[in-house]
Amino acid sequence: MARAMFWAGVGITVFFIALAVFAPLLSRYNFTQYTSGGHRFPQLGHPSAAHWMGTTVQSSDVMSRVVYGAQTELEVVAIALAMSLTVGVPLGLISGYFGGILDRALVLLMDALFAFPYLLIAIVIAFVLATSSIGGGILTAAIAITAAYVPLYFRVVRNHVISVREEPYVDAARALGAPPRTVIRKYVFFNVVQNVPPIATLNAADAILLLASLGFLGYGIQPSQGAEWGYDVSRAVSDASSGIWWTGLFPGLAIVLLVTGLTLLGEGLNETLNPVLRRRRFGRFEFAEREPREEALLDR
Amino acid sequence: MSGDPVLQARDLRVYYGTPGNPVRAVDGVTLDIGESEVVGLVGESGCGKSTLGRGILGLLPDGARADGEVLYGGRNLVTLSSRELRRLRGPDLGLVFQEPMTRLNPLLRISDHFRETLEQHDPSLTDAEVKRRSLETLGRMGIPPTRFRQYPHEFSGGMRQRIMIALALVLRPKLLVADEPTTSLDVIVEGQILALLADLKNNFGTALLLITHNLGIVAESCDRMAVMYAGRIAEEGPVREVFADPAHPYTRELLRSTISLDTTELHSIPGAPPNLIDPPPGCRFHPRCPDAMQVCNQLEPIEQRLADGRRVLCWLHGPSERIPPGAGAPLEREAIGVADEA
Amino acid sequence: MKPEAAAEAVEPAEGEPLVSIRDLRTYYSIRGSFADRLVGREGGVVKAVDGVSLDIRRGEVLGLVGESGSGKTTLGRTLLGLVRASGGSVEFEGREISGLPERKFRELRRQMQVVFQDPHASLNPAMTIAQAVGHPLQIHGLERDRNQLRARVSDVLETVGLAPAEAYLDKYPGDLSGGQKQRAVIARALILNPVLLVADEPVSMLDMSVRAKILELMLALKRDFELTYLYITHDLATARFFCDRIAIMYLGRIVETGPADAIYADPKHPYTQALLRAIPEPDPARAVPRDLPRGEVPDAASPPLGCSFHPRCPRAFEPCGWESRDLRDLLETRWARLAGDPRVEEEQEAVGDLDGLDRPSPEVRMSAPRGRQPEEVVALLERIRAEDPQEPFWRGVKRLEASGTHVALDFQLPKDPRLQPVDDVSVACHLYGVPESG
Repeated sequence: MARAMFWAGVGITVFFIALAVFAPLLSRYNFTQYTSGGHRFPQLGHPSAAHWMGTTVQSSDVMSRVVYGAQTELEVVAIALAMSLTVGVPLGLISGYFGGILDRALVLLMDALFAFPYLLIAIVIAFVLATSSIGGGILTAAIAITAAYVPLYFRVVRNHVISVREEPYVDAARALGAPPRTVIRKYVFFNVVQNVPPIATLNAADAILLLASLGFLGYGIQPSQGAEWGYDVSRAVSDASSGIWWTGLFPGLAIVLLVTGLTLLGEGLNETLNPVLRRRRFGRFEFAEREPREEALLDR
Repeated sequence: MSGDPVLQARDLRVYYGTPGNPVRAVDGVTLDIGESEVVGLVGESGCGKSTLGRGILGLLPDGARADGEVLYGGRNLVTLSSRELRRLRGPDLGLVFQEPMTRLNPLLRISDHFRETLEQHDPSLTDAEVKRRSLETLGRMGIPPTRFRQYPHEFSGGMRQRIMIALALVLRPKLLVADEPTTSLDVIVEGQILALLADLKNNFGTALLLITHNLGIVAESCDRMAVMYAGRIAEEGPVREVFADPAHPYTRELLRSTISLDTTELHSIPGAPPNLIDPPPGCRFHPRCPDAMQVCNQLEPIEQRLADGRRVLCWLHGPSERIPPGAGAPLEREAIGVADEA
Repeated sequence: MKPEAAAEAVEPAEGEPLVSIRDLRTYYSIRGSFADRLVGREGGVVKAVDGVSLDIRRGEVLGLVGESGSGKTTLGRTLLGLVRASGGSVEFEGREISGLPERKFRELRRQMQVVFQDPHASLNPAMTIAQAVGHPLQIHGLERDRNQLRARVSDVLETVGLAPAEAYLDKYPGDLSGGQKQRAVIARALILNPVLLVADEPVSMLDMSVRAKILELMLALKRDFELTYLYITHDLATARFFCDRIAIMYLGRIVETGPADAIYADPKHPYTQALLRAIPEPDPARAVPRDLPRGEVPDAASPPLGCSFHPRCPRAFEPCGWESRDLRDLLETRWARLAGDPRVEEEQEAVGDLDGLDRPSPEVRMSAPRGRQPEEVVALLERIRAEDPQEPFWRGVKRLEASGTHVALDFQLPKDPRLQPVDDVSVACHLYGVPESG
């Protein structure tokens, strides 16, 4: 069962990654393109041979937007994850290993951040940054998401470090005379970092939703900077009352699929990597026939 | 030994499943435990003694199965359903683990533990009865009534073990299996608890199967003992006899390597216990046995009964007519290096 | 009786001891409950090591023996600088090391190494044996050439019996057995050529048949490398075999110390005697009831007054530190013993709530429960005394009477025992002389 989940997740995720990487090749048109060969695209046109998923109110090809959207989503989330890990993991390591006032201050800060809904933090940051020099592009969205997730990595890593810190082999390392950075690097880090991939993957799933939510609310990527599914869905809301289903369905479906794929991948990873969840496979066996053994008689 | 045995294991086998061949943790054990007897089951890590203890009670982990007979009250426990086994566990068969916190719920007071245990097996008891029996059993274990309503974390390790034992005994089981009950405790507390356990027959009429790796506590508190090696019983008999003149070479070597206050020389047994998935042919101890003969790696030894009632599984004790001609000569082996060592 | 191997040991050199510990104290503070902290009340203090003085002479094996809570492991860790001392001094080769900053201590680590108890947990599961055993050399920058490093690791692996070394270099700890892992741990400790080796229960997690091999190895290494050992253990049997001198610890203090022969031949402190009696002997002629002290090692956060062993000591007498909690113990032990007897309930009601006795004090003022007279309680206690006047507790009672609405119970003044020389050993026990001041 875990295997099936894992591979299904891998399949879906790889599919979307391929979409993102090969977007220019796979998509007929650009995501803001509204003409081709002199023709203006139909406005809100039904799915047709020319436009497999129809067009939007601004005459953009829905399918192109979906394909390019994959690029946007994955790019933003990848950058955000990289930044969260770069900030959260080392902070967690240091805080967990050294403890003391630094630890208490950081925990307080991180817990405070943790208490806020992700969306709120992301919105605030996106808003602030959008009006600043960084603008409303991919980086802004990525930073907004990072801010929301750093506390998560910090907390997970810190807690694991605290438990590993007490292990005898870490003690032994100190007794050998290893300075803290060596102890952290060679003894603590390796054993702690094994936890990260499943969390990062599940996190990515969550981040896609967060990005889409930002886009839906209008705080995400600006339309000129890239196609974004959440934004498309928000635009499609008004279309729905007119019976126009393709502008909302396809981007929406894309969100659901990618999130599901990443979640399956993450859960599958968790099942295989986490020894607690892993159920060992037991072989079936039969007891061999007893040879008539001459035992010393034990008569009772 | 007077009367009928409380429990009889006959050719019990417990194997653990693996992706490959199964682990033959207990591979044909026959053992009797008499009424009010204290039987010591001694062996080193990996010999299968814990598995045997649990196998008797039907407490096997996932992937393990048992075969053979464990006769209790006329029924074969191996063939009972888990529900029927559960009914027996408690009022008939008790178990005490090594870590005293295992069965104690940190969120329940001691009084609640006892109430739960007693009510589960005899719902007709009144509250006053429950309290009286609990306090009495606890008192025998040295726990004062003023602490009846405390939580497990308020007790030290030794006291928690006493509480565990009291919980097992309050139902007056016929047999108590204690798996390394004192291993995690300090030596003085260990002595106190062993004194309690050795006294079970007087106070409760309960038989005790004491599983341990410590030969000292077997010598002092047990009536009979069984030495286990690689899933089989190498030697079994009255404690006095076994210590005075060990019949099996493993028993002898184990005794020699035990460090006590009188030890003047250090001894150890070369090599390591065998792989239980693919044990050595013939006698499982032969690769490490100083007295091994050629027959020992060809044929499995046949259990013998000695004059004093002991059983031993070793070709040194015959039957000589079953040893092929010439196979009584010493076995040639390569020296055992550290690579094979434990 | 000294075995052959150790008889060839180098005679401990005269002159300065290798390690000199004076009045060492290591205290841990326990964070009080939230409510306590609100009110400003500090949490308790665990005096893990409470004024320990001892020397470790060059070339000897000093055994530090005690049960859990004795402070022996903390003492070892304080010596090694893994835990900060709260007071006192530790000198190593004449140099004060107890207050040293971590940085300076690291250089010292080359000279004192440690072998811990659990071989399965002492090795980093992510490092091969070669990496793990060679790591100390890298940490201290002693060997940068990879081939040289591997050669030195091979050398030391063969020295500890893991031969041929090639078979072990690239294995992971998970591939080795318990005994083999412990050898690897010893190799790792040895590779720096230390002068002092602190061994904290090095064999207690190994099977009987393997212990001897590791102990033999340690003895051989001591001979060949002129090592000094601090052997920390709870097992007096292996300590007897292995150690030249022994120090017995109880609740943070040394209660008896001296040459191993003297201690085993004629133990002076009642605790030492109890420890020796308690060791299970593989001798069926000996039966279990061994006249053992009752009770367990008390909570280190609030040790008994006076001599910490007095509540359990069969020979305690007036100055040993009697206090309110002993009264509670007396009553509770009695009621446990009489469980099932209706007297227990009667007595419990007559005496009332015992919680007031938990605050340690040599003066007890118990108010009688509602509706009862203090005289009843006094009468009850006198009856209990009459049933067993030999109970050491009563020797500590100076005054017992009803006083107004209270029961007044005063004990003799508690006196802390101090280490004093008796024959060949030093004992901290009033039986051998009571110090002048308390």
